[in-house]
Amino acid sequence: MKKIMYREAISSALAEEMRRDGRVFVMGEDVAVVGGVYKATRGLLEEFGPERVRNTPLSELAIAGVAAGAAMCGARPVAEIMHIDFMGCCMDIMLNQISKMCYKTNGRVHVPLVIRTQGGRGRSNGCTQSQSLEALFTHIPGLKVVMPATPYDAKGLLKSAIRDENPVLFIEHKGLYQTRGEVPEEEYLIPLGRADVKRWGRDVTIITYSKTVLAAMAAAEKLSEQGIEAEVLDLRCLVPLDFETIAQSVEKTGRVIVAHEACRRGGYGAEVAAEIGERLFDELDAPVCRVCGADIPVPNATLPEQESAPTAEKLIRAAQEICQGGRHIG
Amino acid sequence: MSGEKLDRAALVEMYRTMRLIRTFEETAVDYFKQGLVIGNMHMYVGEEAVATGVCRALTREDYVASTHRCDGHLIAKGADINAMMAELMGRQGGCCGGRAGKMHQTAPEVGLMSANGIVGASLTLGTGHALYCAMFAPGRVSVAFFGDGGGNQGAFHEALNLAALWKLPVIFVCENNHYAISTSVETSTALGTFYQRGASYGIPGVKVNGNDVIQVYQAAQAAVDRARRGEGPTLIECDTYRLRGHHEGDEQTYRTKEEVAQVRLHNDCILRMCQLLREEMGWTEQEDRELLQEVERQVEAAVEFARNSPPMAVEDMEENLFISAKEEG
Repeated sequence: MKKIMYREAISSALAEEMRRDGRVFVMGEDVAVVGGVYKATRGLLEEFGPERVRNTPLSELAIAGVAAGAAMCGARPVAEIMHIDFMGCCMDIMLNQISKMCYKTNGRVHVPLVIRTQGGRGRSNGCTQSQSLEALFTHIPGLKVVMPATPYDAKGLLKSAIRDENPVLFIEHKGLYQTRGEVPEEEYLIPLGRADVKRWGRDVTIITYSKTVLAAMAAAEKLSEQGIEAEVLDLRCLVPLDFETIAQSVEKTGRVIVAHEACRRGGYGAEVAAEIGERLFDELDAPVCRVCGADIPVPNATLPEQESAPTAEKLIRAAQEICQGGRHIG
Repeated sequence: MSGEKLDRAALVEMYRTMRLIRTFEETAVDYFKQGLVIGNMHMYVGEEAVATGVCRALTREDYVASTHRCDGHLIAKGADINAMMAELMGRQGGCCGGRAGKMHQTAPEVGLMSANGIVGASLTLGTGHALYCAMFAPGRVSVAFFGDGGGNQGAFHEALNLAALWKLPVIFVCENNHYAISTSVETSTALGTFYQRGASYGIPGVKVNGNDVIQVYQAAQAAVDRARRGEGPTLIECDTYRLRGHHEGDEQTYRTKEEVAQVRLHNDCILRMCQLLREEMGWTEQEDRELLQEVERQVEAAVEFARNSPPMAVEDMEENLFISAKEEG
């Protein structure tokens, strides 16, 4: 199977959906001539023209709000907010408009809108262009939140997000755009709300998503050499959450590490850990532990930037501790 | 000015719409005091000429993005007042099944996609409706209503700039009722008006007496014609006045009773229109009485409909958070 980059998976998903459905169009900052600052919309302008690949001024509120207003009438926009950190500029649309529209109108008006954005650290962009803010959005009822880790997932999930009748926040990771993975030539979709077991294991489950999946896979390889088989469960979607797949894994392993790059306090991992504690307490052989980002703004210098996030080493340590009958307090 | 010639029938029709809005709202306030209508009541009383004049220039297929002060926009656009009254009472027969309330009503069947509890949100959403028109429904236009409060949100700048840049068929209608809750236009802007801001975006800006429905209509029709021709947006400032408090229960310590009384006496849009009909169209007291009775009957029927509709049920409260996939094609 052909290996392509994550950013190519995004642009090919967009191109396929734009070919399939004339109501799909792209709008955002620098999405046209340069194909997005991370090149994820490269080639679209040439194929679809400026009517459907709409370069915008630096106006996040208008990007999100205008896309929402068009979607309410029946268009299917894919709006890009360049950095998730810029969501502060359009938060009303996320918080009060797209997420509430279907509910408040009792289903009479709905918003088939995808907001693509990206977050995460790894490029020394500093504290206002490196955040992982997904928990803010999972807290808002009425938004679906997708965070793919691989090119295969990115393509299949983005196509499903575009076909979804509801607003979907699609969060990419700036550290993943140049990673490569196998993606079939033929069309496929990945339904929203299905987690994926990226690696089989019997001793401990590492539940994670987005780029931290890579750290978890590296950790699992090392742990395997030590006789600990870690299962890596990639949530892929935070909302809706596939708890069934979580339960299947936890019933098998009895030990859980929840890992993400976002700050630990109030992070989505706290939600996952609480759900497991409430619903699967009897299956657990150790308290659910978290390996998360530090509760600080993301530092700029290379090592602190890296070490303020979950690393394979931290995941290995946590797995060793809980598999040896101890506890891990992150 | 362009648009249809306003003959007697057209003028009476606009007068009827204004009367219907006011009677609907005053009735709603009565039932609010009795506890049957619930929520935060932002009344449109005094501003009826704006919605009426603007919507007269629209077709059923055109879009409207509304505000928290939405009853007038809904009624003028042709929404079902039975469903509106039921929504105000939290009933299943409400336009949103009772789950949205006064500030969040909807009437997508007449292009009013959503009212809004967030001041200024109509500016970007309404521009988005216009983008839909430009791309997928050429010939249709969108109106974004907003107030003098909303005009000071950042959304105003972003929406007008983008709408002008893309020449979108949107009419920005500023309902300057002079107060954002307690804050007057004089204490919230240096210039005191909004229409001249259009120039900085390359958008024509006009100011009309918002209590004169004919002026409002003529300005709106010119703007709608321009938008339909693909020439882009227009900013219309309608100078009007909110005759009731910001919300029901507002003590209104920020203005004098005399100020309000003066407008009621000399510049109430409905009285102005009634006088015009009498002086220029031979409108009789008998006709006036009959029209009012007819409007009251309509509103009474809406109340009856609402009271007979069951309240939104607790067991239904989780419905419609998401909509399920629609059939392809």
